[in-house]
Amino acid sequence: MSGALFAEQLLNGLQFGVMLFVMAAGLTLVFGVMGLINLAHGSLYMLGAFACAAVAAATGSFVLGLAASLAAAAIAGVLVETLIIRHLYARDHLDQVIATFALILVFTEGTRWAFGSFPLYLNLPDALSGSVSLPGGITYPLFRLLIIGVGLAIAAGLFLLVNRTRLGMRIRAGESDREMIAALGVDIGRLYTIVFALGAALAGLAGALVGSVQAVQIGMGEPVLILAFVVIVVGGIGSITGAFVGAILVGVTDTLGRFLLPQAFGLIMDASSATSVGSALASMLIYVLMALVLVFRPTGLFGKPA
Amino acid sequence: MKSFTTTLAAAAVALTLAAPARAEPVTVGMITTLTGGGAGLGIDVRDGFMLAVKQAGNKDLNVFIEDDQRKPDVAVQLADKMIQENKVDVLTGIIWSNLAMAVVPAAVGQGKFYLSPNAGPSALAGKGCDKNYFNVAWQNDNLHEAAGAYANTTGYKKAFILAPNYPAGKDALTGFKRFFKGEVAGELYTQLGQTDYAAEIAQIKASGADTVFFFLPGGMGIAFTKQYAQSEVGLPLIGPAFSFDQGILGAVGEAALGVKNTSQWNKDIDNETNKAFVESFQAEYGRLPSLYASQGFDTANLLLSAMAKASVKDADAFRAALEAADFKSTRGAFKFGSNHHPVQDIYVREVVKEGDVITNKIIGTALKDHADAYAAECKM
Repeated sequence: MSGALFAEQLLNGLQFGVMLFVMAAGLTLVFGVMGLINLAHGSLYMLGAFACAAVAAATGSFVLGLAASLAAAAIAGVLVETLIIRHLYARDHLDQVIATFALILVFTEGTRWAFGSFPLYLNLPDALSGSVSLPGGITYPLFRLLIIGVGLAIAAGLFLLVNRTRLGMRIRAGESDREMIAALGVDIGRLYTIVFALGAALAGLAGALVGSVQAVQIGMGEPVLILAFVVIVVGGIGSITGAFVGAILVGVTDTLGRFLLPQAFGLIMDASSATSVGSALASMLIYVLMALVLVFRPTGLFGKPA
Repeated sequence: MKSFTTTLAAAAVALTLAAPARAEPVTVGMITTLTGGGAGLGIDVRDGFMLAVKQAGNKDLNVFIEDDQRKPDVAVQLADKMIQENKVDVLTGIIWSNLAMAVVPAAVGQGKFYLSPNAGPSALAGKGCDKNYFNVAWQNDNLHEAAGAYANTTGYKKAFILAPNYPAGKDALTGFKRFFKGEVAGELYTQLGQTDYAAEIAQIKASGADTVFFFLPGGMGIAFTKQYAQSEVGLPLIGPAFSFDQGILGAVGEAALGVKNTSQWNKDIDNETNKAFVESFQAEYGRLPSLYASQGFDTANLLLSAMAKASVKDADAFRAALEAADFKSTRGAFKFGSNHHPVQDIYVREVVKEGDVITNKIIGTALKDHADAYAAECKM
C-alpha cells in the first residue's frame, strides 16, 4: 500500500464526511430547536436531486439545477412545516415518527407519479468532470474536491449563522428554552419555519450534489438518512459542531474501514474470504463507533448533559 | 313463427354443445416489484408480459397483477392470497432471488406452476429444482460466466472484480471466476445499496489490473459507472447486462459508452419475433424495451403456447407442453435443459450511441448453447 493511495482514501473519507454533514446539519437543527424527529429529511434530499436533474435536463445548466434543488427543497420544507409538522411539536416522538414516515411514502410515490419509475439522468458539466493532479502523485476527481470545498464553506457559514447573527441567537435560545423566548416576543412559529426550510434546503443541495455523481432514483434518501442519524447521535443531538465532527469521523471511519479491513484480514486468511469477512465487518464499523461513543459519552461527543 | 325461433335457438344451443370443448381458462398471478427502488425492472417484466397477452387476445387467460414492494413477506402473502382467493393455476413475475426463494418452493409444493421471468437462484436450479418450476430468463450465474469467457477471448490477464456483499453478488464473482482463466488482481465485496465508490476506485487504480468486472445492479451500477468515468482510471469495464439495461442507460449517460456487457437478449437479435416485439413495445409504451421486458414477453408466450396444447387441469400434459417450449422467442431458438432452465447463447454487447439514444449493440457471442452449472444436481 502506497502513501498516495492512503492519502487518497483519507480525502475520500473527508469528502464523504462533509457530504454527510450537509445532510445531518438540517436534521440536527430541527431536532435541537424543535425537538422533532423528521424521518422525511431523506425525502427532501431526494426531492433536491430530482429537481436538479429535471431543471438541468430542461435548461442544460447545472448551476440552475443546483439553484432549483435549493428552492424546491426549501419550498417543500415550508409547506410540510406549516401544513403538517407544526401540529406535531406538542405530540410525543412516536406520533412524529409515524407522521413523518407517512410523508416518506407520500414523497416517494409522488415523485414516481411525477417522474416515472426509472432513474433520471444527471451528470456533471464538462468543466467540473475529470481529475486533477495533487501534490504527492495523487490524481483526484475535480468534483469531489469541489464537494469538499462546498461542504466546508457550508459548515463555516452555519457556524457563523448560529454563533454570530441575531437569527442564530434565537435558534440557540429556542434550543435551550422555547417557552421563554416566546414569552420574550419572538415569533416562534416563524422561527421554526425558517429553521425547517433551512434544513430542507441543505438536504436538497446535498441530494443534488451527490445525485450528480451517484444515482438519481426513487428511495435514494433513506440509506443516507440512516447515516445522518448515526452522525447526529455520535456528534450529540442538536449541536452543529457535533454534527460536523461526527460526520467527518463517520466518513473517515467508513471509508478507511472498507479499504483497510479486507487487507488486514488478507494477512491471516485467503483473499476471497478476507474480502468477504473484511467487508462485512467494515459495514458494521460506524455502528460500532456509535456504540463506543455512547458508552463513554451517552449524549454524544458535543451533546449537552441530560 | 314462435316455434321456428325456438327451434332455431335450440339448434344454436345444440351446435354450441357439439363444437369442440373450449380450452380450459388459465388464471395467472403475477407478483412483481412495481413501487420503491427497483420498480423499473418489475414494470418492464409486467409490460412485456401484458404486451404478449394483448397481442394473443386469448379470452381464456386471466392475469392478476400485484406489487410485492421488493419485500419477501409481502410476496409470500400475495402468493397465498392468489392461490386461495383467486385460485390461480400459474404464478410468475418475481424479480429478486430472495423473494423467489420465499415464494416458489411453497407454490410448487401446492401443485401450482411457477414461470420465472427473472430470478434464477442456484438453489432452484440444482438440488431444489422442481418439476413445476420453469425459468424463462437465465440461471443467476450465466451472464457472469459469459463475462469471464469474454475476458479470456479478449486476452485480459488480470481482472479486478467487485460485487455487493449478498448471495447474488457472491454467485456473480463465483460465476466469473468459474470461466476466467487469468489472475484475479483484486476482489471486493461492497455494501448492498452502497452509492459511493471512491474507496473502491482508488484500489482499482492501484491494483495493476488490466480489466474490471463488476456486478452492481440498479442504482449502484449507475453510481459506480459515473464515478469510474470521472476518475479517469481508463481500464476497460466488463459487466453483466443488469447494470446496462435500457432503463438504466439513460441515467448513466455517456459514461457508459464502450462498456462491454453480457446478455442473452438484445434488441438487435435478428429474427422476426424480436423485430416485431421491439417495434410493438415502443409503439405501446413509448420507450425501448429492456432485457427484462423481453423476458416478460417470452414468459407470456411460453404460457400461451402451452395453453394451446394442453389443459392446465391436466398437470402432466401441461408440464410436457411447457417443456417443449414450442413458442417463438425474442431470442430466436429457445429450449429448456433438464432442470427447466434455458440452454441458450449469451452475447457480448457494447454500449453505443444511436442518434441521441444510448443503447446496446451485439458485438459477439460469449458462450454458445450455454447451460448452467447446477443442472447435474437436479433430480426431478
